[in-house]
Amino acid sequence: MQQILFALVENKPGVLNRVSSLFRRRKFNIESLNVGRTEKTDISRMTIVLENEAVDARTVEANLYKLVNVIDVQDLTNQPAVVRDLALIKVRATPETRGEVASLAEIFRANIVDVAPDSVVVEIAGTEDKIESLVELLRPIGIEELVRTGQVAMMRGASDGKRYTPGANGKTKITA
Amino acid sequence: MKELSGAEILWESLVAEGVEVIFGYPGGAIMPVYDVMLKYPVHHVLTRHEQGAAHMADAYARTSDKVGVALATSGPGATNLVTGIATAMLDSSPLICITGQVHSNLLGKDAFQEIDVTGITLPITKHNFLITRADEVAEVVHKAFHIARSGRPGPVLIDFCKDAQIQIAQYHEPDPALPISLPGYSSPVHAPEDDLKTAAEMIEKAEQPVILAGQGVLMSNGMEMLEFFATKTQTPVAMTLLGLGALPTSHPLSLGMMGMHGEAYCNQAIQNADLLLAFGMRFDDRVTGNLRTYAPRARKIHLDIDPTEINKNIDIDLSLLGDLKTVLSDLIPLVDEYDHDAWKIQINGWKKETRERSILSWQDDGILRSPRVIHDLWEMTEGDAIVATGVGQHQMWAAQYYTFEKPFRLITSGGAGTMGFGLPAALGAWFAHPEEEIWLIDGDGGFQMTQSELSTAVQENANIKIAIMNNGFLGMVRQWQEFFFDKRYAATPITGPDFVKLADAHGIPARRIEEPGEVLSAIEFAQKTSGPVLLDFIVEKEESVYPMVPTGAALDEMIRRPIFKKDSAVKSK
Repeated sequence: MQQILFALVENKPGVLNRVSSLFRRRKFNIESLNVGRTEKTDISRMTIVLENEAVDARTVEANLYKLVNVIDVQDLTNQPAVVRDLALIKVRATPETRGEVASLAEIFRANIVDVAPDSVVVEIAGTEDKIESLVELLRPIGIEELVRTGQVAMMRGASDGKRYTPGANGKTKITA
Repeated sequence: MKELSGAEILWESLVAEGVEVIFGYPGGAIMPVYDVMLKYPVHHVLTRHEQGAAHMADAYARTSDKVGVALATSGPGATNLVTGIATAMLDSSPLICITGQVHSNLLGKDAFQEIDVTGITLPITKHNFLITRADEVAEVVHKAFHIARSGRPGPVLIDFCKDAQIQIAQYHEPDPALPISLPGYSSPVHAPEDDLKTAAEMIEKAEQPVILAGQGVLMSNGMEMLEFFATKTQTPVAMTLLGLGALPTSHPLSLGMMGMHGEAYCNQAIQNADLLLAFGMRFDDRVTGNLRTYAPRARKIHLDIDPTEINKNIDIDLSLLGDLKTVLSDLIPLVDEYDHDAWKIQINGWKKETRERSILSWQDDGILRSPRVIHDLWEMTEGDAIVATGVGQHQMWAAQYYTFEKPFRLITSGGAGTMGFGLPAALGAWFAHPEEEIWLIDGDGGFQMTQSELSTAVQENANIKIAIMNNGFLGMVRQWQEFFFDKRYAATPITGPDFVKLADAHGIPARRIEEPGEVLSAIEFAQKTSGPVLLDFIVEKEESVYPMVPTGAALDEMIRRPIFKKDSAVKSK
């Protein structure tokens, strides 16, 4: 089963390299890694999806904290969290098949964001499962290109995700 | 507040951090830093290779309470530091490496002597920095020292662009009262109370406990706490290679060194234990043997400052995260006094059997053997010298036969196993402790890797004594070939220069020793001669380190030293 963590990191050059280098070095296989800005200009947020349970989230958390630029790590696996992925799918669509693509898109609450003479671009946001289902339905029609952001996640309400290491989180740090 | 160049701010910051000695090698991209060096009260040691600078700074840090600092130019100067940085990383040594870098607007252009040093050193540093502006220097240096020495110590690299060295900026001395702005950096200090109580309950139930003391004991200065805890609970103490000195070897509860070449009784005690108390050690494969068969009956408590060590190699039952000395002092009041007499009697039985096999019980058969030489050295120095080593057989014999009574006396590359570490390490230790007796025990192979630092020893008139265990082999690899590869000695026979003449060419007094009867007088000669001295011990070529746990075997499945029979001792040709 997938595990989903996020890390708040200092928004500095090279931080993504530090994180990905750590994952390579410690053989943490990742399904996806998404990085983006947050509400604070000096902090970025990484959503890390681990392929399986081969590595313990606790181990990943502890290793991330060893990176000086990592401020907070939370495990959202099996937590009440909103998890979303976004995909752009370019589908072969002649004027004859366009209607079929459009109706599929509508059922999935996806948007057609570009129409060309022989293709359309479908934009869909949602859970991985939802996107997978649409992709499978569009495949027989002809997918020419597909891009996904990887999952991003956020806890519902006011609660935080799981933290494992005592004293080693962004809120109640104990300094040496 | 002063207006200074980036280079001057670097030196001001180093002086403010208490730096007195720096090890380095100049070059194009670091010239502005060298240009202003003579204005500052820092002694610069010119090494003969940047690797030597990194090892010296590392050893200087290991033997003192200071951070070691190495300085090099960009490109090849910086890459030459890499082995030294990796060595410091694996042994958690607080090292700062400052490298020159090309002009910031040439970064990424493959400029002359431009190498992506922060990229190369990313996985082998605790953290690294790239400075492109002079106004960053003071803060970066301050942070670098804090990161290098706090928590689990480690190397930090500062890559310093040449234009930032020249650029003028305002320098404010760092205010020690102000917190350092490192929002993502912290280390646990105290373990939670509940965990301590659980630990005390586990200790109460144990009948055959063993403490595994690692370098963490030394790094937190927890030696007294360890002895207090061990004595109160009468728990025997096994030590890792880098943990030697955590408890005096002569202490009744000491089991000496554990692991691949550890004492047999020590490994037997670990394998038969019902509770392991791992204090500041990391269950390296060289101390566990086969993980599947490791200490099968033992519950395990792991006390460490680094959360990533927990459950890394061994599944443990309880972790105590925090500073070792602090956690031990919190734990001691919670544990009762025990005697564990039956357990100690059992261990003493194993001890006696080991003693019979010790090379020290052998009669003198006229053959010069490294373990015996090291034992003689121990006697002549009253076990009180600082001993630096290279890596290999001589290193293991130094650990076994130079029985360490005090901490910070063995300076050796444990995790990385870096051959060539020895000579620069001895020099680094001398700069930290010029008043102490400092010996390098090295092999003829490893010594040749960094022997160019003999010139540094002479230029600095360093009072170090060099003992080469010269067996004409890369001995540890030869031993593996003997045991596991049917004695196919591929690429292990090694020649070397006439080390006495080599020393002579440097103006270093030297002697060659070929008979056991010459050992003591040679050591005395070295002790009585000030400045560097070299002793070339021509030792038995095919001696092996015993006991030995073969790779993949359980920790107590050791190859033991054959019991001595006089007619079986034949000097190999």
